[in-house]
Amino acid sequence: MSYNPLWLTVLQAPFVQRAFIAGILISVAAGLVGYFVITRKSAFAAHALAHIGLPGATGAVLLGIPVLWGMGLFSIGGALVIGALGKRASDREVATGSVLAFATALGLYFSNLSSGAAKQMQSILFGSVLTITDEQLFTFAAFDIILLAVLLLIFRPLLFSSLDENVARAKGLPVTLLGIIFMIMMGSVITVAVPAVGTLLIFALVITPADTAMMITRSPLRAIVMTIVLCLIAMWGGLVLSTIFDMPPSFVIVSLSVVIWLVVKGLVALKR
Amino acid sequence: MTDAPVLEFVDASVKRSNRVIWSKGNFSIPRGSVTAIVGTNGTGKTTMLSAELGILPLSSGSLSVLGAPAGRNNARIGYVPQNYTEVSESNITVFDFVLLGITGSRWGFLPASATERQATRDILDFVGLSEQSRLRIRELSGGQRQRAAIAQALVNKPELLILDEPLANLDITSQHSIVSLLSALNKDMGMTIQVVAHDLNVLLPILTGAVYLLDGHPHYSSMDNMLDSQLLTHLYGTTVEVITTPQGDMFVTHNSAMEPATRTVHDEHPTSDAAQWHSAHSGDAPDTPSDCDTKED
Repeated sequence: MSYNPLWLTVLQAPFVQRAFIAGILISVAAGLVGYFVITRKSAFAAHALAHIGLPGATGAVLLGIPVLWGMGLFSIGGALVIGALGKRASDREVATGSVLAFATALGLYFSNLSSGAAKQMQSILFGSVLTITDEQLFTFAAFDIILLAVLLLIFRPLLFSSLDENVARAKGLPVTLLGIIFMIMMGSVITVAVPAVGTLLIFALVITPADTAMMITRSPLRAIVMTIVLCLIAMWGGLVLSTIFDMPPSFVIVSLSVVIWLVVKGLVALKR
Repeated sequence: MTDAPVLEFVDASVKRSNRVIWSKGNFSIPRGSVTAIVGTNGTGKTTMLSAELGILPLSSGSLSVLGAPAGRNNARIGYVPQNYTEVSESNITVFDFVLLGITGSRWGFLPASATERQATRDILDFVGLSEQSRLRIRELSGGQRQRAAIAQALVNKPELLILDEPLANLDITSQHSIVSLLSALNKDMGMTIQVVAHDLNVLLPILTGAVYLLDGHPHYSSMDNMLDSQLLTHLYGTTVEVITTPQGDMFVTHNSAMEPATRTVHDEHPTSDAAQWHSAHSGDAPDTPSDCDTKED
């Protein structure tokens, strides 16, 4: 860690500006699903999906197609399988954990097969928010719009079925379909958020801020807005601090998110 | 309102993964009744509720609910599953949770109407949770959570209320308050109620009948016939005696074998003394005689 006297100039560079815009788009995506990930007790499944995306990402480099495509294909494929097994499947931690380990190993194997993939490995695992391209930004923006539209349509039934599948099913809601739709949403959000912090650290962006938000708000809608704000604080704060002190952005983004969570958790515990 | 039965089982059987859970169910449940579904673990009590809600199809026979095949009239049924709200990870408030009973099956993002919000306030008032309406569900006590779950089932004004083990894991005071709530629903509003219960004792004052799952078949019995030592002993697989107390009938077991032989430390105080000490301070001592082992399982 060292002080960078030119930090203000660096912050104005186009690649950092793109990272700031990516911060907004990724925060919106993470905020929209984070609340439901926790309410549905799918945090571990979310973590696993990020890892399932890894062989997709390294495999994509191997085949010479965009990383985002390979990652998305594997994450959403994994999401479909977990979703089809039903909500309770996300509690099957042993099965999910085993698949997670296998996927990570497969990712390593693919990266060994090509030097290009090996070079990408670091940025897939830990993120590379400063290398985001204009094209990726457009993809993120389009994705956010689709995600928002889908969520607006299914918000209440999804919330109802997340609280209890049995009651929602008795009310005639298509619980399994909602589960699959949500898993696809989650897989997509993870694909979008991986460039920011990487597959290993994504938990701190998709789940930690949502949990913080749920401790300080009392309605699903407020929790979602608060999650977006908290994600943005972590992303932007992380970008600024990592530039000033010359540190890896992923490290500072994740640290901010976790420190805020710890402080809020401490304050809530003190209040009781 | 008609006199037609609320539920009618004709030669009904249910299978789960090719295993017959119960079969040859032939009985009907009248409107305005309070019925318990009783049986030991694994006899298919919850399965019966799933069949009534149309979630689990019958393998043979027929089951009509509120005059139509099971599953068709679910909008007129209030359903409270087991352990609902027990370990909620959500931050949702009591008010929003109950409101979901109306708005939860609606697609799109229209805000709830003033009428719907008023209906929610009314039902919270009825179950005695008005003051807690802004609290999170997870901040409530077990008994209050069960009231919230019942309120969500009631907010649509159902004709039939189905509850799965609503008294499980509640202390005796909370159990009695839930039973009073069910009694008010039945007596004041004429609601038909069906309860899956392990322990019938607390429910006895309000029950009109029981469906008992015995030897793989469901049977219906009015309460007078149900309170028979021989039947209960056969049903629970352990000696059960029916005694009459000033509060009404209550069945109890006397089974010294239930005392573990391995216990080395005994509380030597007479239980009547202990009851006195505690009731003098807290005022919430159980109002059942503490020197008889009430049937728990």
